[in-house]
Amino acid sequence: MRNCELLIIGGGPAGLSAAITAAKAGARVEVLERGAHIGGQLIKQTHMFFGSKKQHASTRGIDIADMLLKEIADLNIKVHTNTTAVGIYEDGVVTAVRGEEEYIKFKPSAVIVATGASEKALAFPNNDLPGIYGAGAVQTLMNVHGVRPGDDVVMLGAGNIGLIVSYQLMQAGVRVKCILDAAPKIGGYLVHASKVARMGVPILTGHTVKRAIGSDKLEAVEIVRLDERFRPIEGTERIIEADTLCISVGLTPLTELLSMAGCKMKYIPQLGGFVPLRDENYRTSVENIFVAGDTAGVEEASAAMVEGCISGLMAARQLGHVPEDFAALAADYRAQLEALRSGPAGRHIRDGIANADL
Amino acid sequence: MEKCFEQTGIATEEMVKAKFPPMERINKGAVAVAECYQRIPCNPCQTACAFNAINVGEDINNMPEVSFDACRGCGICVSKCPGLAIMIIDGSIEEATVDMHIPYEFLPLPEAGKTVKGVDRSGEYVCDVLVVDVKNPKSYDRTPVVRIRVPRERLYSVRNIRLED
Repeated sequence: MRNCELLIIGGGPAGLSAAITAAKAGARVEVLERGAHIGGQLIKQTHMFFGSKKQHASTRGIDIADMLLKEIADLNIKVHTNTTAVGIYEDGVVTAVRGEEEYIKFKPSAVIVATGASEKALAFPNNDLPGIYGAGAVQTLMNVHGVRPGDDVVMLGAGNIGLIVSYQLMQAGVRVKCILDAAPKIGGYLVHASKVARMGVPILTGHTVKRAIGSDKLEAVEIVRLDERFRPIEGTERIIEADTLCISVGLTPLTELLSMAGCKMKYIPQLGGFVPLRDENYRTSVENIFVAGDTAGVEEASAAMVEGCISGLMAARQLGHVPEDFAALAADYRAQLEALRSGPAGRHIRDGIANADL
Repeated sequence: MEKCFEQTGIATEEMVKAKFPPMERINKGAVAVAECYQRIPCNPCQTACAFNAINVGEDINNMPEVSFDACRGCGICVSKCPGLAIMIIDGSIEEATVDMHIPYEFLPLPEAGKTVKGVDRSGEYVCDVLVVDVKNPKSYDRTPVVRIRVPRERLYSVRNIRLED
């Protein structure tokens, strides 16, 4: 059993921001990361971020990761990589598996769960053919491992991830045949849509995949138009030759640890699925368990980093570490979140959060 | 906002024209055009401008407004916009053409002096355009800016280039 003060589960943008903020406040912080590297999704985001200067707007995600990693190193924050948290128990013990076999236990005074989200799947005939990927997997192949996923791609999903990954596929020299979305309108930022549109990629709203075609691997995708009630319109099927189909139909929060810990959960569609109820300090219904980032509700990484700062600051205070400028920091973080969420693009988030209040 | 733009990502000519400065200003020299048509939380264009020529305001969800009088056409905003929605246009060089400085994040980069395909906002071929120069200094942070010379009558249609068929 390893005693520690503040344990942060997840080394992505939210977890690292929480770790940095809490460590600066004086807390002794340790981070659990299931992957071989910290940085989370940032390490494959080659595009520039939105938001304002405080959330590193106009800086590429990969460079934001480097900035966070440097701060983590400068603050001597202990990071356990290749270590997957597998349980949070009633007595506050957190269990984890390091590598393949080693089972370890932590007894932290407080925990911040920042486990992120996973990609949603989609059911259609032959969706298990090789060549069909989640868009996040394709981004990892390309931007982390330098592997080209295929030659001709159909993208399903015109949210920010679908649009951004399409653009990055083209940067890698891959042809994107079209981007489909069942919704009647493009869900992602329209500047991202315009970037791919002017490269000649058609965005087909009100369309979905009817089936994948191929014997040993994907050879073509049959697409179909949908009516306003999302029913396929017979006779509008088209076959598009492709060796890769990317599914980007949204994310869902990874909240199993919070459920296991007994946190009050609620299904909130605007936030991507089941999320923990929380107060404005990102504290859950279980004492000394905090939450931040996509685990609390799927949103942009800019917001995840600010949520991390709030939960890190509040968890540190809970543990008796109150920085001199506590009030100013808290007010600043809250104002940043407010600014990021206040426009029409943040409406579903505002609605969702109003429903998630403890 | 045009309904079709929300479905295709392709701005209509009316939308484009509404963002452009008057021809008189274009003919005076380089000036920024911000093709930002949607309220999203983003303001680095305002932060980047040393001449206070781009205003987003208190609410970072506001769309940027370029003051065509204050803008010197320096182009620093072009590589700073995360949406790659800004370009510089300059009608002071030649009678029959307008120069456009567009962000272009693809390899290979075009070569100065070569002719490439000018394409519109849907990627359709419009006309051949001359590549005047390609700038890619460290300060542009891997968003190179390509300056193309476009026939004047294609001012509102050309927005991108294609190197091969």
